[in-house]
Amino acid sequence: MKKLLFLFLFSASISSIIAQDYFPNNSELKQESHNYTAFTNATIYVTPTEVIKKGTLLIQDGKVVATGKSVTIPKNSIIIDLKEKYIYPSFIDSYSNFGIELPEKAERSRSQQYETKRDGYYWNDHIMPENKAINKFEYKSKDAKALREAGFGVVNSHIMDGIARGTGVLVALNDDGNNSERVINDTSGQYFSFKKSRASRQAYPSSFMGSVALLKQMNYDANWYAKGLSKTKDLSLEALIANKNLTSFIDAGDKYKDISADKISDLFNLNYIIVGGGNEYEAIKSIKESQAKYIIPINFPEAYDVSDPYAVNYLTIEEMRDWNQAPNNPKVLSENGIVFALTTHDLKKPSEFKSKLNRAFKYGFDKTKALESLTTIPAEMLGQSDKIGSLKKGSYANFLITSGELFEEETTLYENWVQGNKNVINPLNTKDIRGTYTITVSGKTYKIVLSGELDKIKSEVKVDTLKYPSKFTYKDNWITLSFTNEETKEVYNSTAIIKKDSNIISGKLLLPNGEETTFTAIKKNDYEKEEEDKSEDKNNPEAIEIVPITYPNVGYGFTEIPKQETILFKNATVWTNEEEGILTQTDVLVKNGKIEKIGKNISAGKATIIDATGKHLTSGIIDEHSHIALSSVNESGQNSSAEVSMADALNPEDINLYYNLAGGVTTIQLLHGSANPIGGRSAIIKPRWSSDANGLLYKGAPKFIKFALGENVKQSNWQSFNRFPQTRMGVEQLYINYFTRAQEYEALKKSGKPFRYDQEMEVLVEILNGERFITCHSYVQSEINMLMKVAERFGFRINTFTHILEGYKVADKMKAHGVGASTFSDWWAYKYEVNDAIPYNATIMNNVGITVAINSDDAEMSRRLNQEAAKSVKYGGMSEEDAWKMVTLNPAKLLHLDNKVGSIKVGKDADLVLWSDNPLSIYAKAEKTLIEGAVYFDIEKDKQQQAAVKAERNKLINLMRNEKGDNSKKKKPTKKKRKVYTCESE
Amino acid sequence: MVKNKTIKALRKNKIMKLLKNISNLLILCIGIASIAQQTPAPIQSETITIIGATAHLGNGAVIENSVIVFENGKITAIGEENKTSVKEQGQVINAKGKHIYPGFIAPNTTLGLVEIEAVRPTRDQDELGDMIPNVRSLIAYNAESKVVESMRPNGVLIGQITPRGGTISGTSSIVQFDAWNWEDAAVKVDDGIHLHWPESYSQGKWWLGESAAYKPNEKYQERIEEIKSFILNSKSYGKETPKTKNEAYQAMQGLFNGKKRMYVYTNGEKEIIDAVTILKDLGINNITIIGAYEAYKISSFLKNNNISVLIKRVHTTPESDDDDYDLPYKLAKLLTDDGVLVALQTSGQMEAMNTRNLPFYAGEVVAQGLDKEVALQLITLNAAKILGIDSEYGTLEVGKSATLFISEGDALDMRTNILTHAFIDGRDVSLETHQTELWKRYSKKYSEK
Repeated sequence: MKKLLFLFLFSASISSIIAQDYFPNNSELKQESHNYTAFTNATIYVTPTEVIKKGTLLIQDGKVVATGKSVTIPKNSIIIDLKEKYIYPSFIDSYSNFGIELPEKAERSRSQQYETKRDGYYWNDHIMPENKAINKFEYKSKDAKALREAGFGVVNSHIMDGIARGTGVLVALNDDGNNSERVINDTSGQYFSFKKSRASRQAYPSSFMGSVALLKQMNYDANWYAKGLSKTKDLSLEALIANKNLTSFIDAGDKYKDISADKISDLFNLNYIIVGGGNEYEAIKSIKESQAKYIIPINFPEAYDVSDPYAVNYLTIEEMRDWNQAPNNPKVLSENGIVFALTTHDLKKPSEFKSKLNRAFKYGFDKTKALESLTTIPAEMLGQSDKIGSLKKGSYANFLITSGELFEEETTLYENWVQGNKNVINPLNTKDIRGTYTITVSGKTYKIVLSGELDKIKSEVKVDTLKYPSKFTYKDNWITLSFTNEETKEVYNSTAIIKKDSNIISGKLLLPNGEETTFTAIKKNDYEKEEEDKSEDKNNPEAIEIVPITYPNVGYGFTEIPKQETILFKNATVWTNEEEGILTQTDVLVKNGKIEKIGKNISAGKATIIDATGKHLTSGIIDEHSHIALSSVNESGQNSSAEVSMADALNPEDINLYYNLAGGVTTIQLLHGSANPIGGRSAIIKPRWSSDANGLLYKGAPKFIKFALGENVKQSNWQSFNRFPQTRMGVEQLYINYFTRAQEYEALKKSGKPFRYDQEMEVLVEILNGERFITCHSYVQSEINMLMKVAERFGFRINTFTHILEGYKVADKMKAHGVGASTFSDWWAYKYEVNDAIPYNATIMNNVGITVAINSDDAEMSRRLNQEAAKSVKYGGMSEEDAWKMVTLNPAKLLHLDNKVGSIKVGKDADLVLWSDNPLSIYAKAEKTLIEGAVYFDIEKDKQQQAAVKAERNKLINLMRNEKGDNSKKKKPTKKKRKVYTCESE
Repeated sequence: MVKNKTIKALRKNKIMKLLKNISNLLILCIGIASIAQQTPAPIQSETITIIGATAHLGNGAVIENSVIVFENGKITAIGEENKTSVKEQGQVINAKGKHIYPGFIAPNTTLGLVEIEAVRPTRDQDELGDMIPNVRSLIAYNAESKVVESMRPNGVLIGQITPRGGTISGTSSIVQFDAWNWEDAAVKVDDGIHLHWPESYSQGKWWLGESAAYKPNEKYQERIEEIKSFILNSKSYGKETPKTKNEAYQAMQGLFNGKKRMYVYTNGEKEIIDAVTILKDLGINNITIIGAYEAYKISSFLKNNNISVLIKRVHTTPESDDDDYDLPYKLAKLLTDDGVLVALQTSGQMEAMNTRNLPFYAGEVVAQGLDKEVALQLITLNAAKILGIDSEYGTLEVGKSATLFISEGDALDMRTNILTHAFIDGRDVSLETHQTELWKRYSKKYSEK
């Protein structure tokens, strides 16, 4: 109790020094000081572009009173002469969690948690706009010190947890004040991210596209709630609505997610400020087009230890380029006119900030832009330009005093003033005592050289040429020097005070025998910087070799985006997929991305001629069911996820896109996984390796959604017993329930009465109206039959059954319903429901008259679908032409794209593949793959690419090897785990 | 499809609700009860002569227009029609325009140990314990598996049935695919021991929140020491008649006298060099590397040490994004070109059912430029040599087992791999399966409408 009381009194006495003026003070007499402090003769950066030479900065009561060349200095001023020194506004970190602990991690439970555990808040635990950082904020002096040492005076903090995170708090790093003074703004904006809260285990959203959908629905719901339409109270939505006019920040953390964030921002007019990932330079075009403002981390990767040649095998070009290119990010952003602030976010500690920023400077990042990105820009983002970020009159007296230009490497940061309070980083008036001295002790003359950086002086003690081990300190105007006589092992200790205007140091010397005497050291020469430092030319960006970016910026990326060409294939065996069948010795002319002409002896004109004698030309392969080029596949947090879209999860850097091109694939449906009876919306793409996410998308493609039946949606093959449905009986009822609700939703919407916009219901209504097609994952005959009956009851048709391994058992019913089939050639026996799967399935269904496709659902198989189609020739004796259509024309029909792709016909897209052999043969290789007349794969060019990859690997490894630093401390190579997705992936 | 993760998750969840278990079991029993297997063919009683086919001998040679005679399960004569004294005897099969191959051999497969991957009661490939060489696959081999019978219509007639998991998974045996029971099926009992070499890089424990990336395995040397110690102990154990029996050490004895082969699963360059150097040092000379993804970088080392390779499944994607897109396709060719003894194997995702695609893996290597007859050896003679059954199987030669099949066309290409006959030890085996029966039943249903 005593201790507690003492603590209480102690803290009370501290705060009394700066307590608000209306607070009574019982511990001492209440006194105030309103003296001025004037900093004279300094080079003052009022803003990054407004510089006053030999100017004066006058401050009082924590604020700037005046800056200028001729400032009248009041008499009650403390005058600090800063001749040859510089003053800058201190930095602002606009994205931080300073002083705010993360909430505790929710405990794992045995079964998934699907519903919220809160009452009176939003239905999803990861939406917490009601959170207030100020309520959890606890000032941390130690962290503040580290930030001040890195040059920061103000940080903007928030609870860095959840998808909607509530409001933030803007704090000055003022150790002497209390929160009533430090907190500049206690609702400094709203914060969002795509990442779930650690405090809740609610399963939804389990995927990136789920997070996108949830953020959207939250905004729809807020608009609806604001109109007073909700019958129940929702404190989350109320907070969101109340904070509507605050600046919104969203942590995207990656170039592609930046764009996803920007899309949401545009949809709801939110003007999100986007926290990037540091890789924006790889997608600078779309970043620029976003017209958003950014906060950019500078956590550039460290070099890897490349000393072990085996370990180096685990590194990819992608990772090595990241090390080589990432420091270029700030420069690229600024050259493209993107407004951004820099942050310490993602750094292990603030002390890394300086060295990372220096790296950016070595890559040519403009120093004025750097200062802006740390002062005026974040101040403006935070709406506090009048208070922080500059040294204009009325601003807080937050500034740095330095020995020279701020971002020069040898510049020393002396002081970081926050709200008028001085914080010494390095003593300002430290005398430069570096140089060469001589001392004579007991008849021996010692030469002492003091060198190194001013705040870290090193000593060297020599007698003639013999070096003696020595130790030296220089602090608070006192030095200590000790050295050991190597011959006698005798130790000498000395200490002395440094006098301002003298070249002589004299003080006390403790002799080895214990006697004390005095010594005098006389400076012979001033310190001169070593030559080697100058020769290195550290600031010359040309000294750094940056390997070029490719599209995408990984191994096998293209240096240029393929362009449409005019090409004439001569003398090919042409698989038309049309009535003409297979034409021999035929020419095909490609122009403007389309098939221009098919025939014999077509004149070339200006076309590039490709001799296709002995080769086969086909339309490109279409994979109706794939999960490549995605960053996530299943939104398994709910049993219906119609609101999510695979287009939100595109990954244009997936090497499988290139592999697919090498396998002759030119159109792909990227499906949601099979976790839910009602899955997510499909993305139909063309594998345009080199384009961004948007460029992959098949423009104007019909709308699709994935449904799923059977063991996966029942969650039969793992321990899960608490999600509806658990049986095939339940699956039917779930569909009936959802479609009935969708009908009611549409009726309400059409009635003109107010309604809650529901993304999920909107999609289901599209299905009911035949505007969106279903591809349904299915295995056994009972469920296939069931879904057709459900669809018929609601007046629509199922478009495609995918997998459909027991389709052969109900082929007649499928034919009657009018549904197509997209199946595997020969997969079976991997789970109970595929026990009766047979490789003759495709042939039987084809014979019955169903439109049958062979799909992959597998990254590996997707690059050799021609072989999978050929298996139907073996199993059931399908004709070769029919077999080939199963991976071209038939999937085009199933996707309702057969008017554009799927066959070689004049006017159709020039999505073509030149094969070395009959495309159904195991011996066939794709030699050229064209998408809309542009060559995306060329087997000869690939050989050059293979060689280029090896050469660049070698170059990057050598660059890393030459990187300074202790190898043993460098990062060991790691190998990325490539994500391979199937239906069942998370 | 079922990915490994699901299966692992199943394994981890050992506490299953009893009720659930029983009901699963019931469903399964009912399911299995309805299965009718093909009856194994009787012993060859009559001499058979096949005439007119193109015979691919499996040793690189081809005989156009051939005559092949076999009786009592053995090939008694083979030659070119009209140019040989070989006479037609017994039952004559005219195979003009068709092709004859030695039965394809599938090393390192779990056929007969796993029926349905996602259904735990049907999985018998992975026993508890880290070094259990005494665990034998043969006795768990289900000769009546529906998956096994589906091999035959593709020409895959022999397989090495191999346990999975742990460091030393157990002992494999070689079987033929038309038998009443495992004793009938056995071709070579307890042929090899399967060792999973540690990786110098291992994946982060993602389920504990670590990154899933591969990082240096701090325990690599430690794990090697454990293996060395186990092998040394086994070796010492075998030097005199032991007082107390140790079945695990006992099972290892064949490795030191050359009766068993050590199959080492590893892919990295460094690991392969480590494994070969250390195992040879311990007195094990019959070594085959399984996987061997980076073996092409050290082919002369393998050749000099007389190490054979069962290469990673041909139809896989490259291990590293910087690798050639077609590297897995051409690995077997690169090693063959360098003179290393290579055969193909099919382990990996959905391995049991996928084993029937073995011939097409060989075809894929042909597409990479390997000679067709050389590629054929990857699934016939080379496999037989590695498995130590080449005196009986792997080629069409006089004195060897009449384990062969007739195909309408090129059996390495799926369009023409259409079997009309298959013989195992001269027995005329059925080409019908659960799958062909369903095909016929439903084809009939629709054709009658």
